[in-house]
Amino acid sequence: MGHVVSLVAEVSGELNILARGLAYGLAAIGPGIGIGLVVGRAIEAMARQPEAAGMVRTTMFLGIAFTEALALIGFVLAFIL
Amino acid sequence: MNALAQAAPREGFESPGVEIFSLPCLAEGDVLGIHFCVDRGVIYMYLAAAIVIGLFVAAAARPGLVPRGVRNLVETTVDFVREQIAVQVIGPEGQGWVPLLTAMFSFILVGNLFGVIPGIQFPVNSRMAIPAFLAVLVWVLFLYAGVRSQGLKYFTGVLFPPGVPKVMYLLLTPIELVSTFILRPFTLAVRLLGNMMAGHLLLSVFFLGTAYMLGNPISIPFAVPAFVLSIGLVAFEILVAVLQAYIFTILTAVYIAGAVHPEH
Repeated sequence: MGHVVSLVAEVSGELNILARGLAYGLAAIGPGIGIGLVVGRAIEAMARQPEAAGMVRTTMFLGIAFTEALALIGFVLAFIL
Repeated sequence: MNALAQAAPREGFESPGVEIFSLPCLAEGDVLGIHFCVDRGVIYMYLAAAIVIGLFVAAAARPGLVPRGVRNLVETTVDFVREQIAVQVIGPEGQGWVPLLTAMFSFILVGNLFGVIPGIQFPVNSRMAIPAFLAVLVWVLFLYAGVRSQGLKYFTGVLFPPGVPKVMYLLLTPIELVSTFILRPFTLAVRLLGNMMAGHLLLSVFFLGTAYMLGNPISIPFAVPAFVLSIGLVAFEILVAVLQAYIFTILTAVYIAGAVHPEH
């Protein structure tokens, strides 16, 4: 009986490590795509209108910051789990 | 005895975890029932504040038409915050917020750079207390800015944005309530903490891994690219330190701007 309990504990410990990895990995997908879109569009806008580059850059950093927050919450979650 | 069930100690490289953020106390004691622990991180926090104050005082002490030495650095910082952050985001009223935003930017920047300065190598903002305090400060400030410029109409303006069909308030008001008054300070703190924590862990894993691989003749060839990449990561961390200070300050400015200018 104790044997089974320790086996279950071992397996759930391994699953916990797996869950941490998955939590961060899955949380990084969306923000990865999102930051790509944000920066891509910002570069497009800067290339079309170089005189608006300053404004576009500020807004781009804002967009990155908001998008990136999700990935960072996932990163912190991986340590909490 | 099952080999799987045996709790054998893991062999090989032990990668550093979150325990690298809890440093040993240099001095501790109870004041009014609260336990205080002064460790390296606390000392670096005061050191960061002292460096910022020292630089600004030194720059102000030597007035002159032609800036020299440290005054150049400080003037560039103030000018950057004023032109790129305060005035650009808040508008002409942003001038009044320049001292606060400059102090915030400089403190966060120096605290972040401590993560890559040899001999210190501990980013002050990689522990929740300081980002959380700064985020609460920003929260109080933008509420104050909103109430000062619009009175209590600020809250109704945020919760019930004008020009929206009445039915939409059922959906919009809870979202605005949570995103403006709860998620803003939370994400502000977690963004700074997460970036600095991730950076510090990354550098620790790479440098400890390089040192570990150097200990075994077979893995020495792998240690060389790992070391080269580690150096590249230090440069990346400097970029992250500057970027996070910039993002924290610009988000503060955006929140203040949103409170000062009502949405039409």
